[in-house]
Amino acid sequence: MSGDADSRPSGPLGGLKRRAGEVSERAREFWAGASRWQRWLVYLLLIGLAVLAPLPGIGAVMSPFTDWTSLLFNPIGIYVLLALGLNVVVGYAGLLDLGYVAFFAIGAYTMAYMTTTYGFTFWPTLVLSVAFASVSGVILGAPTLRLRGDYLAIVTLGFGEIVRITAVNTTAIGGARGITNIPHPPDIFGTEFLLDPLPYYYVVLGLIVLTIVFSTRLEHSRVGRAWAAIREDEDAAELMGVPTFKFKLLAFAIGALVGGMAGGVFASKVIFIEPNNFPFILSATILAAVVLGGSGNIPGVIFGAFLIAWLPERFRGFAEYRILFFGAALVLVMALRPEGILPSRRRRAELRSGTGGLGALGAEVVGPTDTEAVTGQKTTGEVQR
Amino acid sequence: MGGLAFGSIYALIALGYTMVYGVLRLINFAHSEIFMIGTFASLFVLNMVGLTGPLTGFALVGMLALLCVVAMAASGGAAVLLEQVAYRPLRKNGASRLAALISAIGASIFLQELFALIVIPKVFHRPQQGGRLPVPAPRLVNRDVLFSIGNANVRTDQLLVVVAALVMMVALNLVVNRTRIGRGIRATAQDPEAAVLMGVSIDGIVRLTFLLGGAMAGVAGVLYLMEFEVTNYFVGFALGIKAFTAAVLGGIGNLRGALLGGVVLGLIENWGAIFFGSQWKDVIAFLILVVVLLFRPTGILGESLQKARA
Repeated sequence: MSGDADSRPSGPLGGLKRRAGEVSERAREFWAGASRWQRWLVYLLLIGLAVLAPLPGIGAVMSPFTDWTSLLFNPIGIYVLLALGLNVVVGYAGLLDLGYVAFFAIGAYTMAYMTTTYGFTFWPTLVLSVAFASVSGVILGAPTLRLRGDYLAIVTLGFGEIVRITAVNTTAIGGARGITNIPHPPDIFGTEFLLDPLPYYYVVLGLIVLTIVFSTRLEHSRVGRAWAAIREDEDAAELMGVPTFKFKLLAFAIGALVGGMAGGVFASKVIFIEPNNFPFILSATILAAVVLGGSGNIPGVIFGAFLIAWLPERFRGFAEYRILFFGAALVLVMALRPEGILPSRRRRAELRSGTGGLGALGAEVVGPTDTEAVTGQKTTGEVQR
Repeated sequence: MGGLAFGSIYALIALGYTMVYGVLRLINFAHSEIFMIGTFASLFVLNMVGLTGPLTGFALVGMLALLCVVAMAASGGAAVLLEQVAYRPLRKNGASRLAALISAIGASIFLQELFALIVIPKVFHRPQQGGRLPVPAPRLVNRDVLFSIGNANVRTDQLLVVVAALVMMVALNLVVNRTRIGRGIRATAQDPEAAVLMGVSIDGIVRLTFLLGGAMAGVAGVLYLMEFEVTNYFVGFALGIKAFTAAVLGGIGNLRGALLGGVVLGLIENWGAIFFGSQWKDVIAFLILVVVLLFRPTGILGESLQKARA
């Protein structure tokens, strides 16, 4: 973290940041040196924390204004799940997707339509939701993934709007009025799924854990390394024999899959969905969660999604002004910590290597990630200002 | 003709996106809110003047000029302030473009809420809850049919929109291509490092780019208000997306591309609405965008603020 602190003016804020940096650095070192049982202990602790989260005592502190368990399901659980899915696309493969909400919508509509029209039950339909969403990810990706960053952003944005407007205009799926009376999931182990949000929270929690395991495994596999290569320099990756198009498509499909899964669960909890549940601003919010937390780093992404979902609800006391503050806070955090609150180590190395990003005013390609950069020190070849 | 008028407004907003993108390689997401500020600035002037009925002749031209000046100042100023607050710190930190995008989204949310909660209720004397409702504007121009080409009627207001937009674009073209400042902008777009070495002040140029783009959005705001006679805090969103689409369609970073993209998008939407019904026009616009990008991945005219084909 020393490079970080050196490169900026110190002051009261700088000191605080350095201290925070040291703490996070120590945590990282512990983690890197931790043995297998220590890691499992931490995992179990975290899962235990998540399982105990709906306790009323915690709720009284975290959310005095709204029902805490409902919040834990939506927006918190749903946002975390969506952010984890988008993290695969944005954080791992480095593809800017501004229409992620489309997959969420497709998952939700699949669930709603299949259960109300054909009388399917929850679990098989959830599989269908996932399948449809990932197929639509491939359909969107196949023609568009050859486009470069910003063009991809606008095309995905367009896709999100197309899905929403199509839902508004198609009477077969309810048009602007949406679909009502979506059935709840059947009982599991005698637990009824009705209006109480608690069982839904545990379903989402289970899916979140599943997604975390799935995406960490992916990150450290051949696929994850290919994504990192594509993210850092697509041309170089292609030259090294990485089939970039295939891997980008895979990232898109996996991201879509998680989005569809979230959509399916969401639909069966809320009973009623309409196109306005899936506005563009939701895509932007999820993207903000990923980047704010530290894109590419799973704890960061979860933390970011949690903050983004929770803060506006916590400060409901400020009534209408909370969204205003939310906007200002995004600007502020990005100004103070552009790499996100808990950046992934690799990402930070990329940033510190310094030739990429806005600092160099428009250099497209991220600079070389040499060993010096990895240790967090400034490289000499920095050409900014 | 309606499509052409629409297209001109898109094109004016698209210029702001394209200029900022050309210089910084950054999607200025909050540009739509700069446009929104333009509509409200002109509405404010209209309320101050206390317009009683539609104007004609010199009074109309004078009023339009006044509105444009005020809206350009308001939007341009807001754009510069936005750059100062939301983008400059990130540029100094060498942050990724993704971070800048998030910052822009944050600024966009902030400005929308600021207008919905504070500016509209206080300045436009609406009840506290009314901040989210549309604010009507008085009629500025009569809707007379001036002349017809084939079976297309040309109305006074539409003609005014197109002419005013054209004037602004010619003016911007002159600034970018014929002045010292314009040369600085083009140099920075082409190669920022070399531009610095040649003694161009990057900060100054960036500020100027935002000012010019903001001013264009201000004029777009005036024209929008004149044509639709209503605005709200959310007005920038849909138009901003369309304008950005227009910029990409024509080739982002390229001023002529923004013009072409805006007009093409406006016309396509109009025709699409005729053939498939108006509820599908947004879908058609985006589909066209996807198709164009598939065959010409850098837009119709390609990206080239650098190559001075401004």
